[in-house]
Amino acid sequence: MRYSLFALLRQGLMAHRGWTPAWRDAAPKSAYQVIIVGGGGHALATAYYLAKVHGITDVAVLEKGAIGLGNVGRNTTIIRSNYLLPGNLPFYEFSMQLWEGLEQDLNYNAMVSQRGVLNLFHSDAQRDAFVRRGNAMRLHGVDAELLDAAAVRRMLPFLEFDNARFPIQGGLLQRRGGTARHDAVVWGYARAASERGVDIVQNCEVTGFLRAGERICGVQTTRGEIRAETVGVAVAGNSSRVAAMAGLRLPIESHVLQAFVSEAIKPLIPCVVTFGAGHFYISQSDKGGLVFGGDIDGYNSYAQRGNLPTIEDVCAGGMALMPGIGRLRLLRSWGGVMDMSMDGSPIIDRTPLPGLYLNAGWCYGGFKATPASGYCFAHLLARGESHELARAYRLERFASGDLIDEKGQGPQPNLH
Amino acid sequence: MSVNRLEGEGAIERERTLSFKFDGRRYSAHPGDTLASALLAAGVSLVGRSFKYHRPRGILTAGSEEPNALVELRSGARREPNTRATMIELFDGLQACSQNAWPSRAFDLGAVNSALSRLFVAGFYYKTFMWPAAWWEKVYEPAIRRVAGLGRASAESDPDCYEKVHAFCDVLVIGSGPAGLAAALTAARAGARIIVCEEDFLPGGRLNGDRHEIDGTPGSNWARTAVAELRALPQVQFMTRTTVFGAYDGETYGAIERVSDHLAVPLAHQPRQRFWKIVARRTVLASGALERTVVFGGNDRPGVMLAAAVRTYVNRFRVTPGRRVALFTTGDDGWKTAFDLLAAQVEVPLIIDARTQVSAALLQRARGHDVQVILGGQVLSTAGSRALRRIEVLDRGGRVRRVRVDALSVAGGWSPNIALATHLGMRPRWSETINAHLSADLPASLCVVGAAAGEFSLAGALRSGAAAGREAACSVGFAAPLPSWRTDDELIDSTPLWFVPGSRGKAFVDYQHDVTAEDVALAVREGYRSAEHLKRYTTLGMGTDQGKTVQLNGHALLAARTGREVAEVGTIAARPPYTPVAIGALAARERGRNFRPYRFTPSHRWAEARGAVFVDAGQWRRAQWFPLPGETDWRSTVAREVNTVRAAVGVCDVSTLGKIDVQGHDAASFLERIYANSVSTVPVGRVRYGLMLRADGMVLDDGTVARLAEGHYLLSTSTAHLGQVMRHLTYAQQVLWPQLDVQLTNVTEQWAQYAIAGPLARTLLEQVCADALALSNADLPHMACAPLRWLGQRARVFRISFCGELGYELAVPARCAEPTVRALMQAGESLGVTPYGTEALGVMRIEKGHVAGAEINGTTTAQDLGLGRLVSQRKEFIGRVLAGRAALSAPDRPSLVGLKPLDPQARLTAGAHLLGMGAPARLQNDQGFVSSSAFSPTLGRWIGLGFLSRARERLGERIRAYDPLRNLDVPVEVVQPVFYDPEGLRVKG
Amino acid sequence: MRINCPFCGERDLSEFSYLGDADSAKAIASAAQSEREQIDAVYLRANPAGVHRELWYHAFGCGSWLNVTRDTRTHEIFAVQLSRERTP
Repeated sequence: MRYSLFALLRQGLMAHRGWTPAWRDAAPKSAYQVIIVGGGGHALATAYYLAKVHGITDVAVLEKGAIGLGNVGRNTTIIRSNYLLPGNLPFYEFSMQLWEGLEQDLNYNAMVSQRGVLNLFHSDAQRDAFVRRGNAMRLHGVDAELLDAAAVRRMLPFLEFDNARFPIQGGLLQRRGGTARHDAVVWGYARAASERGVDIVQNCEVTGFLRAGERICGVQTTRGEIRAETVGVAVAGNSSRVAAMAGLRLPIESHVLQAFVSEAIKPLIPCVVTFGAGHFYISQSDKGGLVFGGDIDGYNSYAQRGNLPTIEDVCAGGMALMPGIGRLRLLRSWGGVMDMSMDGSPIIDRTPLPGLYLNAGWCYGGFKATPASGYCFAHLLARGESHELARAYRLERFASGDLIDEKGQGPQPNLH
Repeated sequence: MSVNRLEGEGAIERERTLSFKFDGRRYSAHPGDTLASALLAAGVSLVGRSFKYHRPRGILTAGSEEPNALVELRSGARREPNTRATMIELFDGLQACSQNAWPSRAFDLGAVNSALSRLFVAGFYYKTFMWPAAWWEKVYEPAIRRVAGLGRASAESDPDCYEKVHAFCDVLVIGSGPAGLAAALTAARAGARIIVCEEDFLPGGRLNGDRHEIDGTPGSNWARTAVAELRALPQVQFMTRTTVFGAYDGETYGAIERVSDHLAVPLAHQPRQRFWKIVARRTVLASGALERTVVFGGNDRPGVMLAAAVRTYVNRFRVTPGRRVALFTTGDDGWKTAFDLLAAQVEVPLIIDARTQVSAALLQRARGHDVQVILGGQVLSTAGSRALRRIEVLDRGGRVRRVRVDALSVAGGWSPNIALATHLGMRPRWSETINAHLSADLPASLCVVGAAAGEFSLAGALRSGAAAGREAACSVGFAAPLPSWRTDDELIDSTPLWFVPGSRGKAFVDYQHDVTAEDVALAVREGYRSAEHLKRYTTLGMGTDQGKTVQLNGHALLAARTGREVAEVGTIAARPPYTPVAIGALAARERGRNFRPYRFTPSHRWAEARGAVFVDAGQWRRAQWFPLPGETDWRSTVAREVNTVRAAVGVCDVSTLGKIDVQGHDAASFLERIYANSVSTVPVGRVRYGLMLRADGMVLDDGTVARLAEGHYLLSTSTAHLGQVMRHLTYAQQVLWPQLDVQLTNVTEQWAQYAIAGPLARTLLEQVCADALALSNADLPHMACAPLRWLGQRARVFRISFCGELGYELAVPARCAEPTVRALMQAGESLGVTPYGTEALGVMRIEKGHVAGAEINGTTTAQDLGLGRLVSQRKEFIGRVLAGRAALSAPDRPSLVGLKPLDPQARLTAGAHLLGMGAPARLQNDQGFVSSSAFSPTLGRWIGLGFLSRARERLGERIRAYDPLRNLDVPVEVVQPVFYDPEGLRVKG
Repeated sequence: MRINCPFCGERDLSEFSYLGDADSAKAIASAAQSEREQIDAVYLRANPAGVHRELWYHAFGCGSWLNVTRDTRTHEIFAVQLSRERTP
């Protein structure tokens, strides 16, 4: 059923009894052309683009619980394409362009809000690094502006300007950046994929892979064996676990990232702001809560929760940047398990096992990549070769030295 | 004015009167009141408006689970939005305002939303506002944002301060109701170190709200005596106004003590709140239970209140929510409310019990008071515009009757308050016995007691508390006798009624977010059928109360709609914090200038006295330049400093550079494994440049390696990388090669170090230490080092130079810093010495082509930095193997070059990208970037360092430095990255 | 989380910094390893959901490196040993 104001009005007259499920809760068939392991944003987007772009609709998305409850439902909802390196920048900009048309494409309001992403800098060296990044963006036709301290002050007068330990010197602004409603992205892709014939199978946990010699030809699940010509894995947070079922070891560690939301208040913060002298970023949701976060906790973790040192650090960063939030209250904190890769960049590639493909290693930046990741992974699954924009995201890059290390932290995942 | 204040003794001080204002109107109250009890006493039942439909809302509870009565407390910079009236301890002069209502809470224009409620169902926004696309940011979203949110934040800086405290104890008792007090008494009497945290300002929990007797005395008196006993014990810390908000790994609990929230402003030198991090060997969770409501039409109307809350208001605050109060209950417990009201001379016209069978004792007692009882009855709806006027009741026979009341107390059953027992990921289990979730899979250190464990009787609470207290004390080595207390028998039977099927009007499953039973039905219809999807689609349970009073009803409704049992639907994990926590409290002292410590070099005061301008270098404050009187432009100051060093002599404080002392028989062999170039061959008394790589082959840091004695080296590191280098070295020492005899000590702060550089550097130094040390080229050549006595202390001189002039670095014990730098400056006065700062140092290092942080950025190899020739091919060292990977030696990989604008006047900027001349500005044509740039006073032009593809072939080529962010596009020439004295003769002078 | 440092006693998480898989050190320490073995050691670290042998650095304490055995799902710590005293 098509969503529109008219449909809403009409349903309003009949007590909304005519709405149908947003997506079919499918039972698994015994075989598919393509199986996607995982029911998160990337997996659902992959299924959607497989159907839409490549016409492949004999697709199952297998989710061990209910869809969209992993990192796509636990992030701070920021979208942006302010990347530095040529391996990343065109990919994330493509993602941004898909965000810009997402609602009309999916017929689902994901509340993509291009309110701007402002990265503050506090030293000359940091400014120069941001300028290098902003110039790379401009070279690729991506919007980027350099603001001085006065311009930042006009935009966000409530920041700490007069008593700061590390005074704000300025910021790099991407006006097209912003936020999206994370759950709506899940439901929108699920609905659109389901409408095109994709089976979304919930409560179906993959417990192993079926093999024909070296080749992967399906999966074992808690709901029986399911065969497939092509199996794609998109289970960020659990990539190492699932890959281990196929006997693979990945250049990935699982780390917990906490996220925070305050009680809802009337509009205060107009855009996404990141603090350059501490670990803190913040925006305000349409519902009014301040959504913020900081660094990962820093140790391998499969527990979707974190500990106090990071919470204190994040709140200290918040108070250092905007001391007016002191009396606002933290409402909830939670954790998501991140696929932290060894150079801070993702992997969209075939694996050494024929028939098995991998979408992983998104660190804590996977949400904004959802559309492009799905698009490029669908391309890989459909064609067996990397999409041009995801060519750099190869597994072998660690061996060859073609690293995509935006932060320069090297093989220390908890620093990316 | 106190129309609803009852006679008799409660926990308020009647002899004192406080005055407060709500929405600008003045009221009075007593010490011991909360804002909620004071408003009820004054007959105010309408407190604010709801989130979406702007429905009138009153007070539902008497505790921190309150979803409705949220107000803006205080004003100006101290304004606190969304503050629960039920938790605000009344103080004289208190001011509060209602929220989400305009122009007033009684007449709120937003209530028009109620009329549009057919449109504003759960998730309506996902289905519309998509056309035209550009309208989302411009029209729809701003409108939604304006109406969303509840209170208003003060954008001003929080004027109060917060403290952070660490505490350790044997037993942490959370909650001071009967179970908590029993546990604390038992364990404390045995001698264990105890911390008791009570959220309320009055300890005792339900003992204050209910009329119990323990050992023949009223429960509230018993609690007072127990607390007095605990407070008198030295090993007990008893904290009221303290909420344990989270359980964390390692038996660590976070708690917030509201030190001054019950005062108008904090006392001098007092924090507003104190953040406790409590490490407890054992924890007893005695957090009680939370009463649920029932989902029926108009269950949100002001005047509808949970039954236990009514008892609390009546017994503790001596306030009644109304003068004619009906009861709607699903269990025996609710009847207590009716009897307490009757005892307080409040009219109770009607008891509606959803059960068809009720104990004869209750019926008889009700009959004795002439109260009409409807068994098997249900409340279908409520009426009243801004306050409850009437309820509609359906009896077993299907008859609907209307009853005039001004308050309705609702007893929907109790849910154990187990949030803290699930923070560490333990999934609760459903209990068929109590029809609620109980904690499960608890760690050995945590024990749940009393109502929190489903023990709903007072006797059970005391018994389980005492047993847990004894067990906890025993487990930490104390023998504790088990006390016992005498209490009355209680009836605690209950049968859940989650929702009233034939409800008329909106029946709420989330008060704060205006989620109705219809919304749950819609979500189910649309396929959002897991508890998580329901929550996210309808926002059920996402308010500031996390759905404590009604979320389970929503899940029961979901279960019914999807043909499942409540147990199958599962539950939503409670997320910390248990109740919302001020962000300022979690940050505590780390704000403003105290966000991070300042690190000052030992001669910081001298630099200040010289008028230095400082810059942040990590946590360090370093002198950036030293303006002379009359110098207004920093560029001219820096130019003067550079020119003076190049022509005469300058002194620079380089104390922030890392200094690591390495000693041991295997020191040389250890360092060979660390550095990419050979360092074991450095003779004693000499210094060598050293380059260390990470395991992945990228350059980690560069610095100097001085050999002070046979098995004794001193390494220098860059200021920024010291921590990383120290971690790297200790890793190599302790993890990789523990068999080596080598000791590492970070001596950075023990030494102050000054660079003396310039053609007259030797002359200057000779004036101060000629008698201590021979400084001639023969005695102390370039890259030599020597000890000397200086001001009676052991000191060191290194003949090294970063700026490319004849240079020395004098290292002295940190306590001699000030006299040292003063002596140097005095000696140099006749030579025209200048102090110089980091900016001049930076200019001179670019002139010399030395790499620094902008080049050693974690993605560059030795080869990229033009240092490939240093890398030894004859030994093993960390990073050797991976530095050899194919892509890291590819010819098109950018490497270090010098860059010079063709126009000598043109400015070159760091961050510009390098493009071929004439190539369109596109990412594909990007060939590198400018990493550092400066105006060189020596050359009289801008110069820079950068990284460029195929750099070696391109010397002399003209390219573009493209900086669109700054509107610059500068033609530059590619040159060798050494602009000054390329032969390196001056350092040997 | 609290780690029982053999030198300092039980200390809070905030005093420590984390490196990861303890086994990666062997290959880095050994000069004889091939490029492939080094790549595997540096990049392909163990990442189990369960018991993990890992390295921690008591950065804001005694400066010791510790071999810690911990469950990555529950953060229960089973053993802590000084790296330098570890029996291979």
